[in-house]
Amino acid sequence: MPDSALYDVSLRIAYEFEHPAAANRTILRVQPLTSGTQQLVTGLVSTAPAHDYRRDGTDFFGNATTEITFDLPLDRIEFRFAGRVRTGAGESVLDLSGDLSRLSAEVAETRDIGPASPHHFLGASPRVPPAAEIAAFARDVLGTAPRSAREGVLAICDAIHAEFTFDSTATDVTTPPIEAFLNRRGVCQDISHVAIAALRAVGIPAAYVSGFLRTVPPPGQPRLEGADAMHAWIRAWCGAETGWIEIDPTNAMPAGRDHIAVAIGRDYSDVAPVKGAMRSVGSHRTYQQVDVIAPA
Amino acid sequence: MAETAPNRPGPDLSRLLAAYPLRDGAADELLRANGALRPVWRPLLDLLSRESPEQLAARFARGDQYLHDTGVYFRQHSGTGSTERNWPLSHVPVMIGAEEWKGLSAGIVQRAELLERVMADLYGAGRLVADGLLPAELVARNPEWLRPMVGVQPRDGHFLHFVAFELGRSPDGSWFVLGDRTQAPSGVGFALENRMATARVFHDLYPSANVERLAGFFRGFRDALNGLRGPGDARVAILTPGLNTDTYFEHAYIARYLGFLLLEASEMKVSGGQLQVQTINGPEPLSVVWRRLDARFADPLELDEDSTLGTPGMVAALRAGSFTMVNSLGSGVLESRALLAFLPRIAERLLGEALKLPNIATWWCGQAAERAYVRDNLARMMIGPALSTRLPFDLDAATALAGRFRDAGRPMARDWLDEKAGALVGQEAVTLSTTPAMIGGRLVPRPMVVRVFAARTREGWIVMPGGYARIGRTEDPTALSMQAGGSVADVWIVSDSSVSPDSLSRPGAGGGLGPMPRLLPARAADNLFWLGRYVERAESAVRLLRAYHLRLEEATGAPLPLLGHLERYLATRGLDAAAPVPPGLIALFDRSRGCAEKVRDRFSVDGWTALKDLSDNARELTAATAPGSEAAKAMSLLLRKLAGLSGLIHDNMYHFTGWRFLTMGRALERAQQTAAMLAAFADPAAPPGCLDLAIELGDSVMSHRRRYSVETSCATTMDLLALDPDNPRSIRFQLDVLSEQEARVRAGPEAAHLTEAARRLLRLQTDLAISAPGEVDAARCAAMQAEIAGISDALTARYLG
Repeated sequence: MPDSALYDVSLRIAYEFEHPAAANRTILRVQPLTSGTQQLVTGLVSTAPAHDYRRDGTDFFGNATTEITFDLPLDRIEFRFAGRVRTGAGESVLDLSGDLSRLSAEVAETRDIGPASPHHFLGASPRVPPAAEIAAFARDVLGTAPRSAREGVLAICDAIHAEFTFDSTATDVTTPPIEAFLNRRGVCQDISHVAIAALRAVGIPAAYVSGFLRTVPPPGQPRLEGADAMHAWIRAWCGAETGWIEIDPTNAMPAGRDHIAVAIGRDYSDVAPVKGAMRSVGSHRTYQQVDVIAPA
Repeated sequence: MAETAPNRPGPDLSRLLAAYPLRDGAADELLRANGALRPVWRPLLDLLSRESPEQLAARFARGDQYLHDTGVYFRQHSGTGSTERNWPLSHVPVMIGAEEWKGLSAGIVQRAELLERVMADLYGAGRLVADGLLPAELVARNPEWLRPMVGVQPRDGHFLHFVAFELGRSPDGSWFVLGDRTQAPSGVGFALENRMATARVFHDLYPSANVERLAGFFRGFRDALNGLRGPGDARVAILTPGLNTDTYFEHAYIARYLGFLLLEASEMKVSGGQLQVQTINGPEPLSVVWRRLDARFADPLELDEDSTLGTPGMVAALRAGSFTMVNSLGSGVLESRALLAFLPRIAERLLGEALKLPNIATWWCGQAAERAYVRDNLARMMIGPALSTRLPFDLDAATALAGRFRDAGRPMARDWLDEKAGALVGQEAVTLSTTPAMIGGRLVPRPMVVRVFAARTREGWIVMPGGYARIGRTEDPTALSMQAGGSVADVWIVSDSSVSPDSLSRPGAGGGLGPMPRLLPARAADNLFWLGRYVERAESAVRLLRAYHLRLEEATGAPLPLLGHLERYLATRGLDAAAPVPPGLIALFDRSRGCAEKVRDRFSVDGWTALKDLSDNARELTAATAPGSEAAKAMSLLLRKLAGLSGLIHDNMYHFTGWRFLTMGRALERAQQTAAMLAAFADPAAPPGCLDLAIELGDSVMSHRRRYSVETSCATTMDLLALDPDNPRSIRFQLDVLSEQEARVRAGPEAAHLTEAARRLLRLQTDLAISAPGEVDAARCAAMQAEIAGISDALTARYLG
């Protein structure tokens, strides 16, 4: 199958605490999705040391969750995923989406509050509040020319890519999108949040996707930004006919064969790979290591 | 319509009603449009018209006194913080006839049932949206629609157990719903307090006035909650956001009244899939939680990640079906104004019948036709945020009335409606009815809304016969809230036939309370322990200050070495001798109050009042007291009040486990203070007079005189204040108290073994028991201080963590 690819994925996220952290309860979202053209072939979520309680499930958006607790205080915890994933081709180049000006009406006609409904992805979400500057930017990009919904999405994502400098020192995991936007600097999370804010501001439902990128590019191609840790990109709804398309605004490309989706949500808060409530005093350090390799 | 003679105001009534003008276009609770008195008000009005202004003032003062004595308050928020304010009771109750109430109740029950079904659909199949009865965006964009709860079935099959509705009366006399309260409705405890106070105001009328009693409703709901418990001893708890929430008083009050635990989320944890409370003897399972906390704060792991008021894993425990949440997390979604626009049709679909109790006419501006209607009828519209849960009359800066915004009458921009569209609703600006309020000695009509309550029992929904009325201070219907200066009133449902008195304790059918297992949450124990410690520390400080000021008064001429020694000692206790009532002392009273406030559900009203009184007194004395004899006198006054408080606590309180912690706190602190005092004043290097001072501080002057024929020496001082097993001021005596109480609270698997605290205690007790007076000196007392602190740490680690 030339349009599909097979990858071995390994993820390790470790936390080290200055003082042992007690009463630890964590929700992990680290296992790739099976949906659309992507298939999880095998996969194992594990922890070191071993957990005291574990419950696997799926959340509202259909993402795989693993809830873990540790009873005893720990000074180091490592969360792991290892597995094999088959991915599909990227977006078709054929644009069948309707006119952008019709999109709001199409959303309103969608009588659905299920996980894939565009309604979840238009309003403010915990990490993406409305921001006037980003909205003005998005309107500016679109101008007055008539466009298809898909063209609108691409135009906004391209414009953001062009404006932003990838800079892993400018922001952290809690930086609000408006701050990253005003500095025009950040990482995939910031760029995706800004893109989501921009798209929602012009009435395009937009979601956040966390996932992995192929670590080593095919011969002759540049290494993509965000390949050494978990990556993020966006999904945008282009009408009932076209549905969702996935775009990686950090790399200005459709999310395709080399993108492995793990979780979908309104923003980072819905998909954070490790969401935890740890009672610890003092500081902690985190380490993350990702390998996505095509098996020989 | 012709009126029968008895209902026409007589001469006395005419005087009473002189300042009671009827407004055109508004209904009035007291008078009909033709000025005739509604019969249900007759007995009350007759009584009011017979009395002079002075008599009425005295009557009303009885209610205020009750509220003051009970310590009812509310928290008023301002830009900079919040303060406790007196409870603004409007003394004249609202009267509603039983026949009218019957119709209203049927509407309330129907609405509760309807909302239950809407809730089940929004967190289940989603048919209302799919079938076009409710726009998807009103659900998906509602911050109270909690996605993690979608598909989670409540353990007992029901989403709603306790709801409230805000009702108003329209100009044609019919009732309508202004808003639904399904999140965590407050007011039911305040309604009960209003009843207690109003019944005192009209103590001569109330017993025979055929007023429906409230107790049956509370009994029904209490039994219902107890009935929701699973097998075993698991408990019912009320979950409160804590002291700083404006309705904390009510949470504590209801917990005490109904006999439920009052817990904050930080006292709970989820272990495996089970919700537990941390008690003095380890975690215990919880089976039912009556939530007074907004749902999105309940679990930082799955809901609002920034919440500091929640319990991680709460949602997972619900998913596992390990407890019942009242109401289900996510029930706040039903409170949004926009839902009111769709409920009439939804009622037809889900119940197959029309709403018996209509709600305020509401138009969602996300629909073109409705938006146009709102625009065409601007003059009688309140336009505001669609997903807001505030009442229509509770106008904020984002709301426009008749085309103008509230702040400075800024006109509404023409394209605002089109631009915001689905984010707005229009609601009909109905004129609320008025009810009589006594303001400035005159009876005047004021706008009102009434909050009514319904609870689910095994037999179905029951409605509280009464309510919580909110009454405007002025004629402005948009300023009803207490925050805006409004007042509250009781609601009397008046029956035609006589009503017998009722109380909570009458056994309910099927839900009788067996003996409850001993269970004391660790946080409550901690607060009681520290309450005991702080009150005792305050007493010790007051004795020191009195001794100081007495000697200051006597000291004329050269500075006494003893005074300097005492000053330095005071400083080590955080007390500045230069101030007659030092800030350090006030702080001790404040801390005592802080602890007591967190356990108001377990602390008697009298005890609370005494403590409040004490700290108010100390504060008042600060300004008007001079050093020397005046300060000494002030301290004597405080000492007497402290003795009164101790008497209440130690002679009147039932010896529940909580009392034992209070007692342990006091014993430990007294032992500690005495050891510290002896270390400082029985020191051979201390100035002359210090031993007598120690005896005085130990309140043992008389005992010393009776027991020893010799002068005060280090040996007699130590014998009396460190070693004597019969002197309640001695260290030994207090350690014995501590040890006895510790043995009584010890439970669980290790009950038969000594705890670390008990081991440390026994070591010190033994040491004191075998010591001769001459063997204990100041240095030994100093060492004892550290040993006593070690006992406190061990108690904390074992019971209070």
